Amino acid sequence: MINSMLMSVIIAAPDGGEPSFSIAKMMAIIVSAIFINNYVLSRFLGICPFLGVSKQLDSAVGMGAAVVFVMVLATLGSWLVYHHVLVPYGMEYLRTISFIIIIASLVQLVEMILQKFSPALYDALGIFLPLITTNCAILGVAVLNIDDKLSLGYSLVNSVAAGIGFTLALVLMAGLRERMETADVPEALRGLPLAFLIAGAMSIAFLGFAGLGG
Amino acid sequence: MSIAQDFSRGIMRENPVFKQALGMCPFLAVTTSVENALGMGAAATFVLVFSNFLVSLFRKVIPSKVRIPSYIVIIATFVTLVDLLMNAYLPALHSSLGIFIPLIVVNCIILGRAEGFANKNKVLPSIADGIGMGLGFTLAMVIMATFREILGNGSWLGFNLLGESYQNQPMLIAILAPGAFILMAFILGFFNIMEKRKRGGAR
Repeated sequence: MINSMLMSVIIAAPDGGEPSFSIAKMMAIIVSAIFINNYVLSRFLGICPFLGVSKQLDSAVGMGAAVVFVMVLATLGSWLVYHHVLVPYGMEYLRTISFIIIIASLVQLVEMILQKFSPALYDALGIFLPLITTNCAILGVAVLNIDDKLSLGYSLVNSVAAGIGFTLALVLMAGLRERMETADVPEALRGLPLAFLIAGAMSIAFLGFAGLGG
Repeated sequence: MSIAQDFSRGIMRENPVFKQALGMCPFLAVTTSVENALGMGAAATFVLVFSNFLVSLFRKVIPSKVRIPSYIVIIATFVTLVDLLMNAYLPALHSSLGIFIPLIVVNCIILGRAEGFANKNKVLPSIADGIGMGLGFTLAMVIMATFREILGNGSWLGFNLLGESYQNQPMLIAILAPGAFILMAFILGFFNIMEKRKRGGAR
C-alpha cells in the first residue's frame, strides 16, 4: 500500500499529465547526463571545483562522492518544495531563492549529521561539503529538472547520473594532472592554462559521444 | 582609497576573471556570442551593484554568524528580479542565457565582493566597486566572445565580418564547448607572459 503510493508519487508527471515510466527514457537520461551533456565538459557547470579540487586523485574521488550525495538530496528537496509548495500557491517566482536556501541548509544538515553519526565519512567528505553550497552544478541540476518538466523519479535518476558525470570528469582530470606534474610544459602555460588545455582536450573527446543520443 | 580607485580596480588590475579566475561557469558558457556576453554582463553587474549596496548598507546590522546566508538571500532576490525583468522585456536573450540567469546566485564574484569588500566598506565605495567589478567581468566576457564569435561564426555582435564563404564553413569548434576551454588557456597564458614581462622590467 505504502509502496504503491510512493511509486505513484515518484512517477507522477509534474504538469498533471498521465503518469509514465519507461526504461528507455531512463537510459536516455543517464547516458545524456553522464556523457553527451556532461555537466562539466559540455554544460560548464561546476567548473570551480573541477579546476580547484582536481590536483590529486584522492580528493577528486572524495569531492565526487560528496557532490553525488548532496545532488540527490538537493533534487529531492527542491522538487518536492517546487511542485508541492510553490506551484500550488502560485509562487514559482521564489524558485531561485528557495532552492539556494534548501541547498545551503541541506549542506549544513548533512555536515552536522555526518559529524555526529559517521566520523569516518565526515573526515573523508567534511572539507568538501562547505564548498558544495556554491557549486553551480547542484543548483543547476535542481533548476534543469524543473525546466525539463521531469517527474520525481526521472529527476532523481538525472541527479545521480549528473553527479556520476561530474565525478567522472573530475577523476579523469585529476589523473591527467597528476601525470602532467612532471611534464615539461612552456612556462607561460603552467598551472591554470594547462588545466584549461587538458579540459579542452577532454571536452573534444566527450563531443564524440554526441552521436549516442540519436 | 578613493572612489575612483575602487571603481577602476576591478576593470583590469584585479579583473575578476583573468586575474582571480572567478565566475568561470557563466564566463565559459555564455561567451558563444558577443550579444550573450553583453546580456550576461549587464545582468551580473546589476546584481553585483545592488547586492554590494545592500550588504554595505546593512553591514552593521547583520550578525557575522549568519552573514553568508543573509548575503545569499540578498543576492538571490536581485537575481530573481533580473530573471523576471529579462523574461518580460528581453525574452530572446532570456531564453539563450537560459539556466545561467538563476545561476548568477552562485557566481563566486558576487559573493566574493560582498564578503571581501562590501561588508567592510561604506556604501559609495561599495557601489563603485560593484560597478567596476561588473564592468571587468563584462569586459572579460566580451573579449572572449569576440574571439569565439568571429572564429566560430564569422560575425561580431551579429554583423557579418568574414563574408558568406567563411560562414558556410566556420571554425565551429570555437563556439562549441572545447573551444571555450582552449581559448581560455591561451588567454590566461598571454596574461602569464605579460605578468612575467612586467616583473622582469621592474627588476
